[in-house]
Parts: sequence; C-alpha cells; structure tokens
Amino acid sequence: MTTFLLKIVTPDGLQFEGQAEKLIVRTTTGDVAILARHINFVAPLGMGQAVVVADGQRRTAACIGGMLSVVDGVVTLVPTTFEWADEIDLQRAEKAYQRADQIIQDKQSSDTDIKMAEARLRRALVRKSVASTK
Amino acid sequence: MAGVSTKEIKSRIRSMESTKQITKAMEMVAASKLRHAQAQILNSRPYFETLYNTINDILESNRDFSSPYLVPRQTGKVLCIVIAGDRGLAGGYNSNVLKMVDAELSGKDAVILPIGKKSLDFFKSHGYSILTEAYDVAADLSIGDCFSISKQLSKKFLSGEFSEIRVAYTDFVSVLDQKADSLQLLPLIRREQQEPAKASHAIIYEPDSDEVFAAIVPEYLGGILYGAVCESRASEQAARRTAMDSATSNAEDMIADLSLKFNRARQSAITQEITEIVAGS
Repeated sequence: MTTFLLKIVTPDGLQFEGQAEKLIVRTTTGDVAILARHINFVAPLGMGQAVVVADGQRRTAACIGGMLSVVDGVVTLVPTTFEWADEIDLQRAEKAYQRADQIIQDKQSSDTDIKMAEARLRRALVRKSVASTK
Repeated sequence: MAGVSTKEIKSRIRSMESTKQITKAMEMVAASKLRHAQAQILNSRPYFETLYNTINDILESNRDFSSPYLVPRQTGKVLCIVIAGDRGLAGGYNSNVLKMVDAELSGKDAVILPIGKKSLDFFKSHGYSILTEAYDVAADLSIGDCFSISKQLSKKFLSGEFSEIRVAYTDFVSVLDQKADSLQLLPLIRREQQEPAKASHAIIYEPDSDEVFAAIVPEYLGGILYGAVCESRASEQAARRTAMDSATSNAEDMIADLSLKFNRARQSAITQEITEIVAGS
C-alpha cells in the first residue's frame, strides 16, 4: 500500500514520525481518513479516537484538540493531547470521570466550574473508551 | 590580632562551611532542573512552530481575511500575564521581570494575571488589580493550565473586556544570559509580507478558514504561553545556578580569609604564651 510521511507532534514532544498507510482522526466536523496523496488540507481537531495504520499494524490513541494539516503530501497532526491506547492511565481517567461527575451533580457548583468539569468529563470518557477498545 | 578570639573565628568558619554546602547543593539542584527545563523547551518547540506556520499561512494566503483577533482596540483594559518564580535566591531573575512590567504599565489601566508566587506577591503589594490568584505556583503549571488560561482570555478578549493581552517572561538566551521581555499576544500582529505569497499551494480548510482560524488561535496562544513558561523556568534555574555558583565561591574566599586570620590569631596566642613563660616565672 502507498504510504505517506506522518508526524504527530504534541507539546510534550514527538509521538510518531514515519511512513503510515492510513490515519483516521476526529475533526470538529466529524471523522476524516487520510490516505497517501491527499490534497492539501487543514482542519481543527475535536475529541475522539485516532487510528494510525503503519506497517500493517493498527494502533489507536486518544486524540484531543489541536489540528491536522496536510501540506504537499506530509501529514502533520498537532494535537494538544495524544495518548496511545496502551499508555492511557485508565485508573486516572476513571477518577477524573468520577470527580467531574460529582461537580456536575453538585447543585452548589458555579457555572464555570460545571463547564470545566464537563470538559474534563468528556476527556475522561474519550480516554476510557479508547483504552477499552485497544 | 589578639583582639579576636580563635574560638569566635572557628565558629564563624564552621557556619560558613555549612552555608557553602547549602549553596553548593542548591547549585547542583538548579543545574539538574535546568537540564530538564531545556529538554522541555526543545520537546515543545516543533508543536508551536507548526501552529505558528499554519496561522501565518492562513493570513498570507488571503489578504482580505479578517478576524476579531486581528482588530486593534482603543478602549478597554490591558491584561498582562507575568511569569516569575516561586522562590527567591535566583539573582535578578524575579526582580528584573517584575520591575520591567511595573515600568511598562505605569499610568495604564492594567490587570495582572500573575504566574508564580513572587509575581503574585509583588503585584498585590503594589496595588494592581489581579485577575486570579489560581496560578501562584509556576513550577506546577501544566500545559493544560496554559490552554485553559488562553481559552478564558480569548473569550474575554472577544467580549471586549480587554483591549490588549500581553505576556511578560524571561527569555532564556543562554545558560549565562537571561533577559526579561514582554510580548503582545492579542490582538495578533500581522506579519508584514516580504515576498509575494509563494505559489499558493491551495489548501482546503474545513469547515472554512475562519473557523479553522478561530479554533487554532486559542491553542496557539496557549502554546506561546506554555513556551514562555518553559523559557522562564529554564531562566530561573540558570539564574539560580549562576547566583549559587558565585555564592559558593564567595564562601570559599571568605573561608580562606578567615582561616588565615584564625592561624594568625593562634600563632600570636602561642607567641604570647612563650614570651610570658620566658620573661616571667
């Protein structure tokens, strides 16, 4: 299968660099799949599962925020958070989920607290679902 | 010489020795933290470069592009994010950046978002209005915190609460040289076009360039902020290392000086005793 150069760069460093066959990520408007020879393309990322197929192997990851850019055949994924499924700390996600849930249920929480808790809840859900499908 | 007792000098030497050990240890800790901070800067750099290039590509490829993030405003307050350390004993690291901001903002209607305990203390005692005290530990600030700060600030900027958002930090020029500096975050400054846009490699923006731009700007700002925090942290450690290095060598000088005095005092005491024995009895 034809491959393309894929770079995954996060603020914590390079997560992946090499030839890939396929990349599936969730943008703000839905899932997109990138194959070799894709047209130049830029989209902001949403929250969801990312799938990288390289060397015939399929790896999944939790991918949150940031953006995807395809320029002249080079695909660069710059997510805010990117964690391979086998590196996700499930216990931490579970705890974050419960804490966020508590804040949302609590009637005394302020609006901003609830908003932040909701975002945390969503991130925890993404992590949990990705970790369970590895 | 006989005026100073040998006992007194001895105790001074001893206390100097233990102070020297402390400064030496602090220097070593700072050196190892510095290495860590430098690695962090290198790790995060490609990420911000990609975001920065994308923003500039969007700005360059369509000249008539406009976004509320680009429009300069006349009214509203200036918000300044000031990054300093949590602890002292780092040479001029804290005071340089704090004094620079104090001078820059004099006479302006300004609000401060302090990062780091020293920054918070300084602006509190100087009567500035403070946006939030939530980020008083610079060493613990994570990338997630930077993103939540930048998202909130972008929202406040768009709602017109602030006319300008700046960040003051310490630029890590080299291990021996750190410079306090400040940057304008919002409104974004459009880079002057040097050459006609390179044969525009038509890029598809999904859903469209406005939306991509609006989604990327807060991320980008969070990125710059995190970069500034990393630079400041590295600067802090480098400044502390230099300060502690010179403190250690000062202590060594003083110990050498005192040992000399001690030996002289001891010698003169012995001489005196001999003279007394010879003359007296």
